[in-house]
Amino acid sequence: MSTHSEQESLEPAATLWRDGRPVYDRGDTICVIGAGASGLAAIKNLKEYGFGVDCYERETGVGGAWNWRHDRSPVYASTHLVSSRPLTEFPDFPMPDTWPDYPHHSLLLSYLERYADHFDLRPHIWFGTEVVRVEPADGERWDVTTRSTGGYGAERTSRYAAVVVANGHNWAPKMPAYEGLDEFRGQVIHASAYKDATQVRGKRVLVVGAGNSGCDIAVEAGQQAARCWHSIRRGYWYLPKYAFGRPADQVGHAAAALRLPLWLRQWLFHRALKLTVGDLTRFGLPRPDHRVYETHPIVNSQLVHYIGHGAITPVPDVARFTRTGVVLTDGREIEPDLVVLATGYLPRFEFLAPEILGTDAAGRPSLHLNMFPRRHPTLAVAGLLQPDAGLFPLVHWQAVMIARWLRLRELAPERARSFAARIAADTGERWNSAKVKESTRHWFEVGHVEYLRAVQRTLDELEVAA
Amino acid sequence: MSGRSGRTRIIRTPEWTRPVPAVRREVLTASPEADEGKPPLLFVPGFGHGAWAFAENWLDHAASRAFPAYAVSLRGHGGSGAAPTATLRAYAHDVVQVAVSLPRQAVLVGHGAGALVVAYALARYPARAGVLVAPVFGGWGTFGAALRRNPAGTVPAVVGGALRLRRRQLFSRELPDAVAQTYTERLGRASTRAQWQLLIHRAPEPPVGKPPILVVGSPDDRVVPASALTRTARRYGVAPLLFPGMGHDLMLDARWREPIDAILDWLDKDLVG
Repeated sequence: MSTHSEQESLEPAATLWRDGRPVYDRGDTICVIGAGASGLAAIKNLKEYGFGVDCYERETGVGGAWNWRHDRSPVYASTHLVSSRPLTEFPDFPMPDTWPDYPHHSLLLSYLERYADHFDLRPHIWFGTEVVRVEPADGERWDVTTRSTGGYGAERTSRYAAVVVANGHNWAPKMPAYEGLDEFRGQVIHASAYKDATQVRGKRVLVVGAGNSGCDIAVEAGQQAARCWHSIRRGYWYLPKYAFGRPADQVGHAAAALRLPLWLRQWLFHRALKLTVGDLTRFGLPRPDHRVYETHPIVNSQLVHYIGHGAITPVPDVARFTRTGVVLTDGREIEPDLVVLATGYLPRFEFLAPEILGTDAAGRPSLHLNMFPRRHPTLAVAGLLQPDAGLFPLVHWQAVMIARWLRLRELAPERARSFAARIAADTGERWNSAKVKESTRHWFEVGHVEYLRAVQRTLDELEVAA
Repeated sequence: MSGRSGRTRIIRTPEWTRPVPAVRREVLTASPEADEGKPPLLFVPGFGHGAWAFAENWLDHAASRAFPAYAVSLRGHGGSGAAPTATLRAYAHDVVQVAVSLPRQAVLVGHGAGALVVAYALARYPARAGVLVAPVFGGWGTFGAALRRNPAGTVPAVVGGALRLRRRQLFSRELPDAVAQTYTERLGRASTRAQWQLLIHRAPEPPVGKPPILVVGSPDDRVVPASALTRTARRYGVAPLLFPGMGHDLMLDARWREPIDAILDWLDKDLVG
């Protein structure tokens, strides 16, 4: 890293240099990467705390994953929320109370667009611009290199006081490796390529994976396909969308607020599920090998219904593919025309060197509160959470935390140093009351209330008197 | 707990698990001829009043000074849907719902007990600014004053009847009797629960987004004693702006133009200019 201020300037605004290329100094401005829900919350809250903000968005609109026009959007035509409105909306920008309990993804996009307009965020966003590299510069600042999406045009490097990474975690498909997959003559797609039911109509379909999208796609195939197999590696708890006449997550949070011990809450939850959903092993589904709260909940009222109609056949894990079919772990062989791999997504930070986030070999970064890397106090990740409720409330408070933290560094450096020491010393605490299953999908799962309790403590600690 | 130094609680179980039900909300509007980029104003009437109380004078006047102006009727008031069991939280919900539906970040202006509703709304919605006009923040002191000045209108409210305000509490003698009469005849009532909550409620959390706050009132207000006005202003670390000789209903009284002009001047200076 070098700064040759004596070198002849190519463009008048550039006064700094890095490896012979000009660097545009953006002063105290903060860079936000991505204009999805997390990025928008970051811009809004940083702006509210008086910071200048530049946001780079590779697509031409806001909304990130919730904008179905975006090529990286995972939504399909029938995507609805799996958490109800009050547990999903931004705490300072509620959704209209006339909307359904579980809005459709197109309503979510209109909500995010209104949020951007209401708080006048669009002037801060550089659309159609992707971030190529984010590198540390002198004085805990960052050099952010961007170019037009798709690699056209020249690269441009700007220096920022801080960077908020909000690039989402539901766009890089996690593709499992199966023996014989290359020889298989049927069609294989990842769930990210599934858009609507016409893709399965009249076909023999195997859906692999029992995450929320896997179950949704299985339900659509159950209604539209000639045959639908649903391959599930292990038993899950299927939560209904409604319980006792109300959105089930609202009932669950009311129970959680009683602060009963975890074992008692799990026992009550198991009882309630037994009475409402019933014993699923009767349908050939495996018995859950874990207790509730230990993995991200599957919220689907219809899956059990269509299994009961015989429209969906639950089958065990895939052992291998052959030229014409799929061999299951119980030795059965089935012959689907289409295999949908609903095997989830992996977070990716391709513009950051792995050591900056302390990423291990398995791709898991090491972040305090899933946000702050150990040794880079002016870098934060927003939205890297898989909560058991909506993400937006958590991301909102994360953004407030980042804003307060950056202000505190300016106004009370002494207090800021003690917080920085805590970040550096964090041993990778998990914000979940239950023992969460280890898996590439589960490490960033958090219990909504447990996480917010930790955030509340940090917010109170970081507050600076006005 | 004071308005500034209280703490924002982020675990909101009642709001998550018992959401306020939707209701039809009356919103009256006055639009400026040309958009000058000024923030929209959302006027929130106090107990018994509806959006009409602002539509009478203030909405058009604000619009004539290039502020897009809106007034909402809280549930159970004016042209909004019935809500016999509404709480202060439901009223604040109505304000926030209308505020977020506006095209830009809004200024919230609350009058009377509507100012307390606005204080709750400011703890949830990051307004551009908050204006509290003749704020009724309740509590036992206000109750005592109400008992002394208007026992016949106050006592029934204790047992669940309507809280009634007299014509001479609301308006100065400058307002012709006939006009004052038509205004008092239009008054409705807040729910019994909300009336009781005026006496006993958790103090509003501090406003989110640190909006500038203006407190406006009259030393001759026969609903809000001068001491209560000063106390409310002090919560927000400001001094009240006073309009002597006016009654509680500053937006309907004969000299309604003076306070609204002062509010708009303050906004022009603080937010626009």
